[in-house]
Amino acid sequence: MRHLIDIADLSVKEIDELIETANDIIENPKSYSEVCKGKKLATLFFEPSTRTRLSFEAAMLDLGGSVLGFSSAESSSTAKGESVVDTVRTVSCYVDIIAMRHPKEGAPLLASMSSEVPIINAGDGGHSHPTQTLTDLLTIKREKGRLDNLTIALCGDLMFGRTVHSLIAAMSCYENVKFILISPEELRIPDYIRRDILEKKKLEWVETNDMESVLGKADILYMTRVQRERFFNEADYLRLRDTFILDGKKMEYAKPDMIVMHPLPRVNEISPKVDSDPRACYFKQVKYGKFIRMALIMKLLEVSK
Amino acid sequence: MNVDEIKTGVVLDHIRAGKSMEIYHYLNLDQMDCCIAIIKNVKSNKLGKKDIIKIDADIELDLDVLGYLDPNITVNIVKDGRVLEKKKLRLPTDLKNVIRCKNPRCITSSEREIDHIFRLTSPEEGVYRCIYCETEAK
Repeated sequence: MRHLIDIADLSVKEIDELIETANDIIENPKSYSEVCKGKKLATLFFEPSTRTRLSFEAAMLDLGGSVLGFSSAESSSTAKGESVVDTVRTVSCYVDIIAMRHPKEGAPLLASMSSEVPIINAGDGGHSHPTQTLTDLLTIKREKGRLDNLTIALCGDLMFGRTVHSLIAAMSCYENVKFILISPEELRIPDYIRRDILEKKKLEWVETNDMESVLGKADILYMTRVQRERFFNEADYLRLRDTFILDGKKMEYAKPDMIVMHPLPRVNEISPKVDSDPRACYFKQVKYGKFIRMALIMKLLEVSK
Repeated sequence: MNVDEIKTGVVLDHIRAGKSMEIYHYLNLDQMDCCIAIIKNVKSNKLGKKDIIKIDADIELDLDVLGYLDPNITVNIVKDGRVLEKKKLRLPTDLKNVIRCKNPRCITSSEREIDHIFRLTSPEEGVYRCIYCETEAK
């Protein structure tokens, strides 16, 4: 039995296979509409989410399976003081696979140690969010046609932005990928990502807080939200929230074929006026997210078309 | 100063000077009722100064804890007044409930009776990280 806790749990070959399956689902959705008939997915969301939970549920429904679960800790037995381990042990008696989001880092790993069914990490605090990374990789592959020989600029909260950490880890496995890290001083990439990935793999990367000066070099601009829920101090959040805002003027600095990605939800960091720019890909990203989750559910449940 | 030789037990030698009390506590030696000698600042050719701990009892020590604290410590197993075995220490792959994760966002800060496990992620630098949140042990 396999779990997906961290993107590093998957080899490059497995990621490529998932992307291939997702592409085939996009082309031939009908051939996949009953592959999970009779199977159940539980979405255990101890922290609010719109996109990820609905994406998982839509993915399972489109595979012919069914879904159950909860969308906040308050509506589960956690409110009565139940441990993560007990909740997961209980739910794994009812379903075939679990997608779990939890505000505490490492909760899905702990769950996987006592679960009888596959666990998918649907985000654990600021730590990891592997299915967003798979979504990002599918988006890049479909929109740029390749995963190698790319310069990717990551902008915003690079410290607590889990999608950024996982994406750097995944993209670092492909040939000749360069990183531009744009963030305020206080939200720079954590030391362990810098040391264990960027430096260890001898990748080409720069850190800056000047967005305009580097935009012209990027093939991909990956924007992130400064997340209120990651701050213990409201004043710090308010001070850093609007440091980088992508608007039409800044887009003039970008290459004509650059793509703009964002894991969403956005707050102020991308002006709605950018949405109509053909380079804006963040809503396509949402659509691709469902297809790659379908491919992942099939892989972990060991079903094929 | 003379400290008697032990007949059967364990001698921890080549402890960095000043570290013996830390090791004494990590190994929970304060909970034992056998005779234990802590000898500090002994002259050493190798280290200049060193500490030694002599335990006058045939006990199993947690070598993983010792390896984490200082892999250069020599562990001498003594039987009938003679050194029967010298154990080599190494940095253990996993440390279970030896150190605690201090990240308030880690699941270990809220889940009851969870094992605090740290894994050696960089043997060259001796870096350990929490397996749950990947925070580095300080």
